[in-house]
Amino acid sequence: MDAVLSQYIDPYFLRIILIIGINIILALGLNLITGVTGQLSMGHAGFMSLGAYTSAILTMNYGVAFPTALLGGSLVAALFGFFIGLPTLRLQGDYLAMVTIGFAEIIRVFFLNFEPGGKAVGLSGIPQETTFLTVWGLVAVAVFLNARLLSSRTGRAFYAIREDEIAAESCGVNTTRLKVTAFVLGSFLGGLGGGLYAHYMFYIDPQVFNFTKSIELLNMVVLGGMGSIPGTILGAVLLTILPELLRVVAEYRLMFYGALLVILMIFRPNGLLGDVRIYDLKKRWGLGKNK
Amino acid sequence: MPILELKGISQEFGGLRALDSIDMAIETGEIFGIIGPNGAGKTTLFNIITGIYEPTQGEVIFNGGNINRLPAYQVARQGIARTYQNIRLFKKLSVLDNIRVGRYGVTKNGIFSGMLGLPLARREESQTMAEAMRLLELVGLYDRRWEYADSLAYGEQRRLEIARALALNPTLLLLDEPAAGMNSSEKVELVSLIRRIREEMELTILLVEHDMNLVMNICDRIAVLDYGRRIALDTPIRVKNDAAVIQSYLGVEA
Repeated sequence: MDAVLSQYIDPYFLRIILIIGINIILALGLNLITGVTGQLSMGHAGFMSLGAYTSAILTMNYGVAFPTALLGGSLVAALFGFFIGLPTLRLQGDYLAMVTIGFAEIIRVFFLNFEPGGKAVGLSGIPQETTFLTVWGLVAVAVFLNARLLSSRTGRAFYAIREDEIAAESCGVNTTRLKVTAFVLGSFLGGLGGGLYAHYMFYIDPQVFNFTKSIELLNMVVLGGMGSIPGTILGAVLLTILPELLRVVAEYRLMFYGALLVILMIFRPNGLLGDVRIYDLKKRWGLGKNK
Repeated sequence: MPILELKGISQEFGGLRALDSIDMAIETGEIFGIIGPNGAGKTTLFNIITGIYEPTQGEVIFNGGNINRLPAYQVARQGIARTYQNIRLFKKLSVLDNIRVGRYGVTKNGIFSGMLGLPLARREESQTMAEAMRLLELVGLYDRRWEYADSLAYGEQRRLEIARALALNPTLLLLDEPAAGMNSSEKVELVSLIRRIREEMELTILLVEHDMNLVMNICDRIAVLDYGRRIALDTPIRVKNDAAVIQSYLGVEA
């Protein structure tokens, strides 16, 4: 499939499309935690690295099949999501953000000193198992299950926690339990994205999963629209393509990138699609049966 | 048998005694009012009943069981629903979704059955939808069901909060100053809504309110709090003529 595709599409574009897919999976995970449930997490790269290293070590050193290794990496990330979710029982907003930053740093420094992970040099020669189809197949599944989840009873309770925790409790929502659940699900997707990334890039090192990466993922969610699946997808697409387009301005790239974020946040503080609903669009354009 | 009994409830915040051995019993089916000056401890009492605070002393007995130590979400699942003095809606959720979240405590389908659309989830979702529609009609918000909750007018937000509380199928409904900030025609509507709710849904209603006309008009019995103590508990007419109440709260007419 990939060989067929590369006959028609420039490998450079193919590569970017694939990275977009991986970023969508990662951002959907963070969206569950931060966008939907409202728990500010600034350490998503930590979950990503757990998934990347775990799955890479499984395939390289233990000869585990790729799908199993991918699942293993995701489960390890989810387990850590559970443990990082526990302090959220007590912390909110800025305080929680600090904890998640600290968590991601601990993970990064751990892999910096982790012998089987190649320490600072990282792991190279990871089998390239991630194909175009795997990524976009998993994107489809992740989007589908996410959409189903968010329109279900549990999904509505996630949003309710974001909007007003006390009111959610008085509707019978066990907010602590659901906050941890959101962390587990989100970090599972983080681990999945990390595993896909590792098996696409041949090579990973701890620097890939630094604080900047976490912020980049958070940007996708915030820019696209907190809690909105189409918004998160749009954010992931834009923020993957944008740095590539900005290559023309060479070393001023990051400056432009930053400026664009500032401008967007001024004009669309809720993100591009954060408060856009089909219902409102229909009403504005005078369509549909609504009065 | 009383549906809710408070036995010797005291609540201290640091050195401050917000409530001082409060006793009262709410009978099934009545509309019970709690009045008192600002800071008398009315909202504190609500927070104790709904499990937000655990009382320093005393017991809260609901349907014969002690609910002192239950967390708020468990109290809600037992059938005690409430509204808040300063409206607490899920602002960026639709009116419909606000009510559907209210059904959380009476539904069971978990995360995977919801994600995979298993039969239990589908059955509960259709029940939730039907119940939400019924409540939307009841409070007159059916046409606005897709709007964001924070785009509603003030009186509508109050009604939505009541509908969300009713979605829990409560046996006891706590209303914390339901008429606050309403104009007189909205108050008239509110009174008829509260009466209709009690008759149609067979509930017991406990309400805190400052509007004397409304309280006297709607309540079967009234308790008066002052500085954390219960200074009277009787029918509206008797309370209105009670010397202690007049002195501390109603004021002496010239």
